[in-house]
Amino acid sequence: MKPIGLYIHIPFCNGKCPYCDFYSVTPKQNVINDYVGALCKKIDEAGGVYDTVYFGGGTPSLIGADNIAKIMSHINRTPDCEATLECNPSDTGAVNSAFDFEVAAKSGINRISMGLQSADNAERKALGRRGGCDDVERAIKRAKAAGIDNISLDLMLGVPNQTAESLKKSIDFCKNSGAKHVSAYMLKIEESTPFYRIKDTLVLPDEDATCDLYLLAVEELKKAGFEQYEISNFSVKGFESRHNLKYWRCEEYLGIGAAAHSFKNGKRFYYERSIDKFISDIPPIDDGEGGDEEEYIMLALRLSEGLIFENYKKRFGKFVSENLVKKAEELEKHGLVNVTNHNISLTVNGFLVSNSVIYSLIEQ
Amino acid sequence: MAVSKDKIRNFCIIAHIDHGKSTLADRLLEKTKSVALRDMTAQLLDKMDLERERGITIKAHAVKLDYIAEDGEEYVLNLIDTPGHVDFNYEVSRSLAACEGAVLIIDASQGVEAQTLANTYLALDHDLEIVPVINKIDLPSADPDRVAAEVEDVIGLDCSEAPRVSAKTGVNIEQVLEKIVKDMPAPEANDDAPLRALIFDSVYDSYKGVIVYVRVKEGKIKPGDTMRMMATGAEFTVVETGYMRATLPEPCKELTAGEVGYITASIKTVGDARVGDTVTTVENPAAEPLPGYRKVNPMVFCGVYPADGADYENLRDALEKLQLNDAALTFEPETSGALGFGFRCGFLGLLHLEIIQERLEREYDLDLVTTVPSVVYKINLTDGTMVEIDNPTHYPDPATIASCEEPFTDAHIYAPTEYVGTIMDLCQDRRGVFKNMDYITPERVDIHYELPLNEIIYDFFDSLKSRTRGYASFDYEIRDYRKSNLVKLDVLLNGDIVDALSFIIHADKAYPKARKIAEKLKDNIPRQMFEIPIQIGIGGKIIARETVKAMRKDVLAKCYGGDITRKKKLLEKQKEGKKRMRHFGTVEVPQEAFMAVLKLDDND
Repeated sequence: MKPIGLYIHIPFCNGKCPYCDFYSVTPKQNVINDYVGALCKKIDEAGGVYDTVYFGGGTPSLIGADNIAKIMSHINRTPDCEATLECNPSDTGAVNSAFDFEVAAKSGINRISMGLQSADNAERKALGRRGGCDDVERAIKRAKAAGIDNISLDLMLGVPNQTAESLKKSIDFCKNSGAKHVSAYMLKIEESTPFYRIKDTLVLPDEDATCDLYLLAVEELKKAGFEQYEISNFSVKGFESRHNLKYWRCEEYLGIGAAAHSFKNGKRFYYERSIDKFISDIPPIDDGEGGDEEEYIMLALRLSEGLIFENYKKRFGKFVSENLVKKAEELEKHGLVNVTNHNISLTVNGFLVSNSVIYSLIEQ
Repeated sequence: MAVSKDKIRNFCIIAHIDHGKSTLADRLLEKTKSVALRDMTAQLLDKMDLERERGITIKAHAVKLDYIAEDGEEYVLNLIDTPGHVDFNYEVSRSLAACEGAVLIIDASQGVEAQTLANTYLALDHDLEIVPVINKIDLPSADPDRVAAEVEDVIGLDCSEAPRVSAKTGVNIEQVLEKIVKDMPAPEANDDAPLRALIFDSVYDSYKGVIVYVRVKEGKIKPGDTMRMMATGAEFTVVETGYMRATLPEPCKELTAGEVGYITASIKTVGDARVGDTVTTVENPAAEPLPGYRKVNPMVFCGVYPADGADYENLRDALEKLQLNDAALTFEPETSGALGFGFRCGFLGLLHLEIIQERLEREYDLDLVTTVPSVVYKINLTDGTMVEIDNPTHYPDPATIASCEEPFTDAHIYAPTEYVGTIMDLCQDRRGVFKNMDYITPERVDIHYELPLNEIIYDFFDSLKSRTRGYASFDYEIRDYRKSNLVKLDVLLNGDIVDALSFIIHADKAYPKARKIAEKLKDNIPRQMFEIPIQIGIGGKIIARETVKAMRKDVLAKCYGGDITRKKKLLEKQKEGKKRMRHFGTVEVPQEAFMAVLKLDDND
């Protein structure tokens, strides 16, 4: 059996960050126990072999290293399996934190992803992040001590009061911390978030300033040794997130947990955003066929490597349409796309308007 | 059942818009018991919804009423309704030609208005006996004495015995009927002459084919006869003759001189039974047609395109169906680089255009884009030939043009004196040539201008109404063609001409208009992936320019957790958005931007 990816959603947080619209609730201990039990049961039922595992949330670290280890013990993993755990620095890096990285590492966790967002504490506060940069530093130190040195940090662009200087400071922090991977997202005010309700009072950099911050981030991260490989993702060479690459390369993965999405055996399906329903074994919702040409192209163009003609032909048994290449060449004139003999990829400026670019390329 | 001919009265009702023509017609129907009270819906003669809403009659209809007068005799009253708008003047004149008399309604508070006069003069041209009726006496602002005096002064009609009525409440309606019977003459009628019947209207019916409404002037016609249209030469075997009743047609053995009725003969299009044509019979043909026929020519043209290209065939079907009933509507296929496939349509005037557009959208559920309306220009070329242009796309190379001519109208505006200044400003701005001004009363004037038709077809009436708070009325007729300094404006997006936005305009107005268009486009075209230059040019010369800056950010930064659906939904949303877009090369322009430019008016 060909190994695929496994995503496990832990929908618990100690509080809600005002910009986040991922599914999470503040848990009671018995709910956590029931939920972990349900996860294990589902993993057993699904069977299969996994070459990447990703605990996302929510705050996966919140359920404690023992529960993580318990879930990991149910997963049949390949020897080189990449297993990522999203951690909250205030839980795992606080002076009195009870989180045991040793236990996590021993269970097979070998990659940590953490929300730094900004190395400027005022910006962190504006984002409603609990704890300070010192928590992040402590958490990294503890993870490394336990033997986990594949560490990813999240940065946020276009946050209230952000400047070029403060962004550089945050990037320096990433470099100095020894992180191998950085995800840098432009803040988007989602409708269902607290930020949305107060959006008129937020002093946000305007669109032009946010774009400039993005371009600066790409440049500065590169200087710091992090090469861009996706619209919002950067890494030291060889430390790209193998799990996330599966999404963008349109490869299969199983998602388990409330609100988790799957793409397996050509089908897409997802669990509802309800812990109760997941615990009570309500089956996932069918989301139709996945992995067609359009989807493949749309995802591939998010990557710096872009749409590789040979891979496309291998997968679909045909060449990329002439029309698409012609349109790409048109956009190349405007500096949004690069076209070579073997691929079509978006430039950094193309990434900034990638929705439009991708749409105009796949439009019939 | 046959009433002797001296008991027939053929008449129409003429009035300015909103003076109560349709309401009075309804009241006459009611008083003559032509229609049961319970069947009365307001304004029975205005059959189309649109007519009811706009309060104007678009198509003429006719109805036969039986009336027992105070003298105890039974009369046949044929009421022929007339369209109430200047665009349909020719049709009005044909309806009048079918009558011996006209009821002239004047609003008891508004008094004489533009179309009161225009229609009265038309009626006098046809030697009709005019019965003035002062309506709306129930209104608090009614002043029948003043209005009666006004009618006597301005029109010279004796109003001492004019019925003062309220068509709304039904007061004094009998007086109107009595006046019709007493004052209007019976038709002169010779049954033995060869048939000459005037077509004053025709309506397409999906079962019977075209129903031809006629006034028989001489002779008679019955089922089985072979009828011939004297202008078009078309011949048909008569299937049915009859009278129009308020609710149902009433077939009859024959129609004879002096009568008003209908003929059906399996005629497929109203184009074969044109208003104004004379019907005779092949068996006993008349030597000469009745006077006054002319083929109506469209005066205003515009491109009509489906918003969704897939609706092209539906649009064609709809236009064909409308044309069945409207010989004045013309259309032919046209292709625009910007709008795709559509039709160049010809209309009698702007109202006619609006009505057709509205009916297409309402009755046929079509979403339309229409281009700037154009009149017919005459272009004299340097080689001595002349071409007529109704579409800016066909405008010749300026180097080959010796001179241009555009249609001018005689326009009369009736308004309270306080608005004279603002009306003259408007007319001056629309390149009007002032002719004269008459005081109808000390408070009201008739301002006479010669106005270019192409200035009228852009929102002139709307501007007039807003400047005069609705108190002005307006009437025009085509006068002549005059030499004019015209140019064609082209709109270029990203260097390419957008054909559908080109239009012909007087040179003096080109610069300000060009600047407005450029601004409007800039405001309405969303930022796109790259910068888009907007240029407005005359020939090769750019006279205005703007730039739509490139969009900088349109990205879904976060796409993980495996939730591809969300990304796909975004894509779907984008697709939906693009459907409303028009593509000009690589540039996308939302329909709204297009409409904003086409609708550009004085207030922008």
